[in-house]
Amino acid sequence: MVLASILAPLGDAPGGLQMHAPDGFISVPLLVVLWVIDLAILAYAVRQTNRTMDERAIPLMGVMAAFIFAAQMFNFQVAGGTSGHLLGGVLAAALLGPWPATIVMTAVLAVQALIFQDGGILALGANLFNMAIVGTLGGYAIYRVLARLFGGENRARIPAAAIAAWASVLLGSGAMALELGISGTTDLAVALTAMLGVHTFIGIGEALITAAALGFIQLTRADLFKLRDARSRASV
Amino acid sequence: MNETIGKQPVSQSVEPPVEPQGAPPVEPSAQGARGLISRYWWVVGLLITVVVVIFAAAFASSDPDGLERVAEDKGFLDAAQGSSYEIIPGYTVPGIDGTVSTIIAGIIGVAIVFAVVFVLGRIMARRRAGRA
Repeated sequence: MVLASILAPLGDAPGGLQMHAPDGFISVPLLVVLWVIDLAILAYAVRQTNRTMDERAIPLMGVMAAFIFAAQMFNFQVAGGTSGHLLGGVLAAALLGPWPATIVMTAVLAVQALIFQDGGILALGANLFNMAIVGTLGGYAIYRVLARLFGGENRARIPAAAIAAWASVLLGSGAMALELGISGTTDLAVALTAMLGVHTFIGIGEALITAAALGFIQLTRADLFKLRDARSRASV
Repeated sequence: MNETIGKQPVSQSVEPPVEPQGAPPVEPSAQGARGLISRYWWVVGLLITVVVVIFAAAFASSDPDGLERVAEDKGFLDAAQGSSYEIIPGYTVPGIDGTVSTIIAGIIGVAIVFAVVFVLGRIMARRRAGRA
C-alpha cells in the first residue's frame, strides 16, 4: 500500500505545476522541423555571444537564468480559474542582449524539461522555438523599435520593455497555437483565438514583472545595463 | 553643535555597508564592504532569486496555466503524454510534502540553472581566449 501510494504519482498525465507543452500535443514531423531551426539559431546565438561577450557578464547571465527559472514557478491568477507565469525572454534580452538571452532561455527550458518533467523532451523543440526564439528574439525586436520610437533605450527602457514583454507572450502563444493547428491536435482558428485570448491577460503580468525587475536593476545597479552596451559597441 | 559633529562620522561609517545601491561597476580594485558587494553582487542576485522561489512556493496559483486551460477547454488535454522518467516532477521533491517540497525543488533548480549557464559561459570564454 505504501509502495503504491509512493508510485501513484508516477506516469500520471500532467498535474500540479506544469507549464510547458508536454509530448503528444505537437506532431513528430513538425517537432523535427522545429528542432532543426532551434539548433541552427542556437548555434548562431552561441557564436554571437562568444564573439561579443564580456567575461563579467557570465555571472549576470547565470543570475538572470536562475531568476527566470524561479519567477516562472510563480503562477499568478488571471480571470476565470486560469493562471499565468513569466516567460522572461524580453527581460533577459533587455539586460543581456538578444543572443545571450536566447542561450539563457534555452538553459531554463532544458533544465525544466530534463529535471522537472515540465514540458516534454521531444516537445522541447516546440517550447524552445516558441519561447527562447519567437518570444525572446521577436520580443526583443519589438523592444528595440519601441525604445527608438520613445526616444532611446536609456530614457525609455522600462515602458518599451513592458509593451514588448506583453507582445512577446502573444507571439509565443500564437506560435504554440499555430503548431497545435498544424499538428491537427485542435482546430487552428479555435487554438488561435483561445490561446491569444487567454494570453492577452497573462501578458499583462509579464509586462508588470518585466518592468518591476528592470526598474529594480536600474535603481540598484544601472551599471549592469552598460555592461551590455559596452559589449555591443565593442562588437560593431 | 558638538553633538552633531561628534555623531556624523559614526553614522557615515555605518551607512555604506547597509546600502548596496549605487555600488560602482565590477572593479577588482574596489575596497571594503562596498567592494565585496560589487564583486559578489551575483550572490545578492541569487539570494533575491531564492526569495522569489519561497514567494512562488507559498503564493502561486494552482489553477491551470494558459496552455493547460485551453487544452482542457478545447478537449485535447488527454493528448498529453507523461514523461518516461521522473526526477523532480511538478516542482515537488518526491517524498516531501507541501510548500517545503516546492521550495527545495525550486532551490535545486535555481542552483542547476545558474551552474549550467555559468559553466557554459566559462567554457565559451576559454575557447575564445584560446583562439585569440
